[in-house]
Amino acid sequence: MSEFVYLYRGGQRPDSPADGEKQMQLWVGWLQDLANKGHLKDRGQPLEQEGKVVSGKQRTVTDGPYPESKDIVGGYTLIEAKDLAQAADLAVGCPIFETGGAVEVRPIMKM
Amino acid sequence: MQVEEHLFRQHSGRIVTALSRIFGLENIALAEDVTQDVFCRALEVWKLRGVPENPSAWLMKAAKNRAIDLLRRERVARRLEPELGRLLESEWTLVPTINEFFSAESIKDDELRMIFSCCDPELSETTQVALTLHLACGFTMAEIASAFLRKRSAMEKRIERGKKVLANSKHLFDLSDGELKTRLSAVHRALYLLFNEGYHGASAVRTELCREAMRLGALLIEHPLVASPVTYALCALMSLHAARLPARLDPDGDLIDLAHQDRSRWEIELIGKGNELLDRSAFGTELSAYHVEAAIAAVHSNALHAEDTDWGRLIWLYDMLMTIRPSPVVALNRAIALAQQNGPERGIEELRTIEHGELLASYPFYAAALGELEFRAGDNGNARKHFEEALGLARNRVERRFLERRLDAVRDAALR
Repeated sequence: MSEFVYLYRGGQRPDSPADGEKQMQLWVGWLQDLANKGHLKDRGQPLEQEGKVVSGKQRTVTDGPYPESKDIVGGYTLIEAKDLAQAADLAVGCPIFETGGAVEVRPIMKM
Repeated sequence: MQVEEHLFRQHSGRIVTALSRIFGLENIALAEDVTQDVFCRALEVWKLRGVPENPSAWLMKAAKNRAIDLLRRERVARRLEPELGRLLESEWTLVPTINEFFSAESIKDDELRMIFSCCDPELSETTQVALTLHLACGFTMAEIASAFLRKRSAMEKRIERGKKVLANSKHLFDLSDGELKTRLSAVHRALYLLFNEGYHGASAVRTELCREAMRLGALLIEHPLVASPVTYALCALMSLHAARLPARLDPDGDLIDLAHQDRSRWEIELIGKGNELLDRSAFGTELSAYHVEAAIAAVHSNALHAEDTDWGRLIWLYDMLMTIRPSPVVALNRAIALAQQNGPERGIEELRTIEHGELLASYPFYAAALGELEFRAGDNGNARKHFEEALGLARNRVERRFLERRLDAVRDAALR
């Protein structure tokens, strides 16, 4: 088994608790399913939308990670899978697609 | 782990109340925004981390932290009244002050004060109830509109108007205020209307409305300043009626009248509680309509079978109610009790001579009562005429279905 990280990009924040509850139930179900199949290494953490980027030789500090909100990473999860293809397959059920987001699947570099 | 049903609704009232104490009633919109935001953030965290062991404590803590954060960053405190503003501007006192506002005791007190604030005499009764549902019970505008079977836009306007009146009053109602007594009867009335809306209405949230009215009633009982005999009587009344809720509708959602309900499905704990509350309401000198109505409900609840009903006592109680709060609907119920005791003809005679009976012209259950008594007296033709009239007046699906079935029974009998 190899380790992968799912980076959740974009998607919409709920606009009401009722809406959020629906979304949450989907996520909890999906992650539970991954856990049952032995693929969930670490649930990970959600991330705040705001942030700063430090860049360039001048170490310039600017607000916000990206100008486009659809690209913002909103959280991550650690996954175990046979290979990259399987890790990508497992991401297909992620509820983020319902709200227009994307999952970036990246293998964690092995020693 | 699943989120308990209505978790957010249950916390909304408490959090909005605590936050509007902090930000002031004129900033109630801010308090509501922050509350929504706390809920949405909670769900963002829970969707990855899972629902915490104690979501309730988690939410209250998140709301508290959010308030502290906001006061630090946005300098909201500057817009607050000087005394509170000073406490919230200083790092020394900010956190302890907010902690105090979010303590269980303080929140319970403030919730009560919020109910009293919502029942401002400047507002119509419907607005008072809607505002209470919105601010103290966390119902959304859409839920309230559907509970009252009104248009959402109309309900929104009503609630916005209510909030403006609240904002003008600046502070939550002070329970030591000299106006307490008048305000308390407005609160009683609002809870009574809220309960009735749930009990007789046709909305999808009907039992929840009853439950909320009872929850707020229980809050009143816990506070010595407002736990009056009338408060006990109102809570008794709600408890005794609520006991029958499980038996009131058949599996198709159709209404079953009192005489035909399966009494084994009545909630015995609620009947016991209602009886106890009724006992406790019997102090002081004031005999309110709630007392008598609760006593009437108790007569029904304590009859093991419909035939065991003490109709004599009911007539006596209805007579009493007619002197305290006379109304054609009370007279109608009295006539039905009389018919049980003295035969349908006597009941019909009473129904025909109700004072201000014209007020019942559009009330479907007046025509239905006439139909029922004619049916029992054996006049199927007249019974049918009255039930048809009642059906034409039905105000919702539940009433319509109930009357259709009575009409079917009359037609069946006529064929035999």
